[in-house]
Amino acid sequence: MLTVTDLNVWFGYPPDRVDAVKAASFTVAQGESFGLVGESGSGKSTILRAITGLIDTWSGQIEVAGQAVAGRKRDRAFHKTVQMVFQDPYASLHPRHSVDRVLSETLKLQGMDDIDGRISRLLNDVGLGKGFRFRYPHQLSGGQRQRVAIARALAAEPKLLLLDEPTSALDVSVQAEILNLLTDLRAEHGLTYVMVSHDLAVVGHMCDRLAVMRGGRIEEIMTVDQLRHAGATQDYTRHLIAASAGYERS
Amino acid sequence: MSDVQYQSRRDWLLTDAPQTRRQARLGAIYQGWLTFRANKLAMFGLVILILLIVMAIFAPLLAPYSPFSQDLTNRLQPPGAANWLGTDHLGRDIMSRLIHGSRITLFIVGTVALIAPIIGLFVGTVAGFAGGWVDQVLMRITDIFLAFPKLILALAFVAALGAGIGNAVLALAITAWPPYARLARAETLTIRNADFIAAARLQGAGPMRLLIGHIWPLCISSLIVRVALDMAGIILSAAGLGFLGLGAQPPMPEWGAMISDGRTYILDFWWVAAMPGLAIFIVSLAFNLLGDGLRDVLDPKGAKE
Repeated sequence: MLTVTDLNVWFGYPPDRVDAVKAASFTVAQGESFGLVGESGSGKSTILRAITGLIDTWSGQIEVAGQAVAGRKRDRAFHKTVQMVFQDPYASLHPRHSVDRVLSETLKLQGMDDIDGRISRLLNDVGLGKGFRFRYPHQLSGGQRQRVAIARALAAEPKLLLLDEPTSALDVSVQAEILNLLTDLRAEHGLTYVMVSHDLAVVGHMCDRLAVMRGGRIEEIMTVDQLRHAGATQDYTRHLIAASAGYERS
Repeated sequence: MSDVQYQSRRDWLLTDAPQTRRQARLGAIYQGWLTFRANKLAMFGLVILILLIVMAIFAPLLAPYSPFSQDLTNRLQPPGAANWLGTDHLGRDIMSRLIHGSRITLFIVGTVALIAPIIGLFVGTVAGFAGGWVDQVLMRITDIFLAFPKLILALAFVAALGAGIGNAVLALAITAWPPYARLARAETLTIRNADFIAAARLQGAGPMRLLIGHIWPLCISSLIVRVALDMAGIILSAAGLGFLGLGAQPPMPEWGAMISDGRTYILDFWWVAAMPGLAIFIVSLAFNLLGDGLRDVLDPKGAKE
């Protein structure tokens, strides 16, 4: 579904050039849920932004559903296949657009028919009733906003959903709700996920395989089973696992 | 889905769960109105401006005399029973001239307030959104306009185009847009990289759609506030042009030109210059108060979540 080979992403020009991602390669199979973990600044989100064309300073090969993409331009077929959910639901919804406007504009852009019916179904899918349809973002809680953002991403009926820390801006109880929603939606629609997170527990819950990143490099790719049964081969991965288990009493 | 019962129209407007697009929109407007109404001074400004507009519409009915009829035996009369605000050096009734002059003032202010922010919005958002050399070219042009004092530049334009009320409006509009362009550009720069713009891009939205549907709505509110606060300045600039004889031509009852007429007699017959001055002062003040109130309602930075 998604193949990334030798991806390099950089910002700025020499001598201030920062290499955010260095020679990253990974493959995500159809229907799989793949995690990207690492500390802040390790280049996880940057990979997603390069895939979607929000960053154009990259080199290497990115193939989505067998189609290679280049630079910043993406065609209609790409937007129909790949969608993204952003980290901060407070920033990813237009403050002056109602839920109805957000979804109807998205559906129109994707060339869908029966917009009224689809909006109702989308809101149902993400667990928001009809009463939310005409609300503005400031009338919604953080979790509700993220549900709207997920509905917007699903509007195109994509195959591949990129999740950029979709729960890190939410409090713990809402996090669980959103994660369960995402799990259900994946089962229902047969979606492929690429999920970025700094939280190993979230990735362990959601994903089948994961890549551990540090300083722009992929240190290790392993399955969640390996993660659970201390199968990490790299020192850094073991550090990360130990750190996420909490502080040990010495 | 209309099984929800509302206590009153107010509840219907203020509900958190609107049932239709229309209800949501009306509710948002009503919310803004409530915020505006809470500002007593802004309401005062609004009332004055409504009175001004009513006065301009019904000028021929309200004015006791013709603004042009001269009566030299009755010149420079102080305010009294026959002429409430006195007469000028040609014996014309000042109140009638002020009432008719409100039409000219509203015409000037309305036209400038319509043209300048639109040019500014367009230039600023395109510059901020496109970036690169487009931004450089547009902003350097803006800088050139900003480098001249506003009234001097307007004077130069009027001198080149010829004196007259239409050219004065044009000159004021041409000199008034650069601050709006800078404001719109600054707003655009803060939102162009926002996640909601990226999200719309991922849906395949083109640059025109992003600019008009997503960026303009966020720039317009701060522009409206700025325009309302600048109205006073526009009135004064228009009066300044009139005072210098480059705006409205005699015998048009433009307020600035009326002050200019009264200048010769200002020591002995104060009302000739003071009455139009008072009118300019009141209307400028009203616009300022209105602008303050609109800022409470529209400016997202000042708004409480």
